[in-house]
Amino acid sequence: MQNNTTTADSGTHMNMLKVLTPFHVWALGVGIVLVGEFMGWNFSVAKGGAYGALIACWVIGLLYSCVAMIDSEVTSTVAAAGGQYTQAKHIVGPLMAFNVGLYLVMAYTMLEAADALIVGDLMVAAAATFGHVGLDPKPFVVLTIAFLAWLNYRGVFTTLSLNFVITMIAFASILVLFIAVEPTSPGTVLKHNELLTDLPYGWIGVVASLQFGMWYYLGIEGTCQAAEEVRSAGRSIPLGTMGGMMTLLIAATLTWYICTGLLPWQYLGQAFTPLYDAASILGSTKLQVLLFVATMFAAIASANGCINDAARAWFSMGRDSYMPSFFGAIHPVYRTPYRAIIFLVPIAVSFAFTGLLDQVITFSILSGLLGYTFMSLNVIKFRKMWPLGSIHRGYVHPFHPLPAYTLLALCSTTYFATFLGYGSSLLSILAFYIVASIWFTVRRYKFVKRGEQFTMSWPRPKGF
Amino acid sequence: MNIWDILSYAAWIGAGLFLLWIVVDAIKVSITYDEDLLMSSREGLDELDPDQARSQARGNSHAK
Repeated sequence: MQNNTTTADSGTHMNMLKVLTPFHVWALGVGIVLVGEFMGWNFSVAKGGAYGALIACWVIGLLYSCVAMIDSEVTSTVAAAGGQYTQAKHIVGPLMAFNVGLYLVMAYTMLEAADALIVGDLMVAAAATFGHVGLDPKPFVVLTIAFLAWLNYRGVFTTLSLNFVITMIAFASILVLFIAVEPTSPGTVLKHNELLTDLPYGWIGVVASLQFGMWYYLGIEGTCQAAEEVRSAGRSIPLGTMGGMMTLLIAATLTWYICTGLLPWQYLGQAFTPLYDAASILGSTKLQVLLFVATMFAAIASANGCINDAARAWFSMGRDSYMPSFFGAIHPVYRTPYRAIIFLVPIAVSFAFTGLLDQVITFSILSGLLGYTFMSLNVIKFRKMWPLGSIHRGYVHPFHPLPAYTLLALCSTTYFATFLGYGSSLLSILAFYIVASIWFTVRRYKFVKRGEQFTMSWPRPKGF
Repeated sequence: MNIWDILSYAAWIGAGLFLLWIVVDAIKVSITYDEDLLMSSREGLDELDPDQARSQARGNSHAK
């Protein structure tokens, strides 16, 4: 061992660096999500028509606004890596914490794989445009995951600074496209009068579209994984998360407005890259190039944020021995959870190599949905156990318990919507988590550091 | 061999180099540093050890 290295015996701990600002938190949340504006959201149009997709956009927007408010309050209090996993550990119990940790790792790793697949598919499309048909996407998929893993390994500040830049470019491209379609002169470029129709499948179609409405916002809750690395969790997490949610609501509404004014709903509902297609219709090569680059940047930013979040969730579970404690190590120079980052690389590549984008995304969405259901129950318990005034909160969300009950009701409706389209996937995913829970209870729980895992110096909870 | 074939090979090589770099570095860290030190991270440092948290934050701001 190096002589100049401080040992653990001296009482000094090897912790992650507190270097992040609200801008990095925004970049983490919006970076993960914004790819959903460039592709995926439009499948809600196939289910519910253009107006159905708009209803899904705002109803699911309400769901995520509740998520953002609840998450901001709890995370500003439980400011630790692991996010919702750590919240569940402190507020509910070990089995819930294990499940929530698993939801997080699976949701982000699968989303990362899907993002890498998108980068590969974009390269294939670019090659085809220049006359080279049949390009193998695999090297570009692996390069995306490998480069971003390397970046994450070398430090969180650079990782999320890059995310901030490419996410801003992607968001700006939506604004540029919005200006290009002359929104102040309806009917000139945008043809909403001709293209918008009644609900093609009635209100059941609107309910079915809710599942794909999640693409607009899926992953904004990932901001709380940065809680242990921000300079001030009580300020940065609420600012970054709420700012991110406002950005996404604007981006989602603009995206719907542009695409439904340029593309008929029958085409839009099955398009792979709707915003790029909308730019193509305008006949401007510059806009096409901008939207192609922005789509690529959005996918890369999403994969980058997912690696960051999945690694921190896995690291936190390792630190508490919910998973092998080997993964609870911090790099002595870069101060990142380096073993967790490396461990998740082959898993993400394996998911990506299946090529099953639909299934991978569905697993990711359902894992997220299970997490949101937990959050609604968690915050009710949190407020009961530690009422306002009993512990310091960086942010207090308004109208409690209305957001929690709204979130629970919207999650239940979205489960039903998912069951309509992906019933077998929903049941198989639930079976997976039940088997994992049995494994944790029977084989893993005996290794958990039960006393050491509760670190917050909070008063005894009310009623205990 | 056209430009797209060259890009494909370059992507494989680049991916291999990035992965090799982090794996080699992780092995070097494990050999060089004491395992107890690497595993000494503690959740909620701000509340457990405010002095170290403050000194760490100062160190971070100087480093920047």
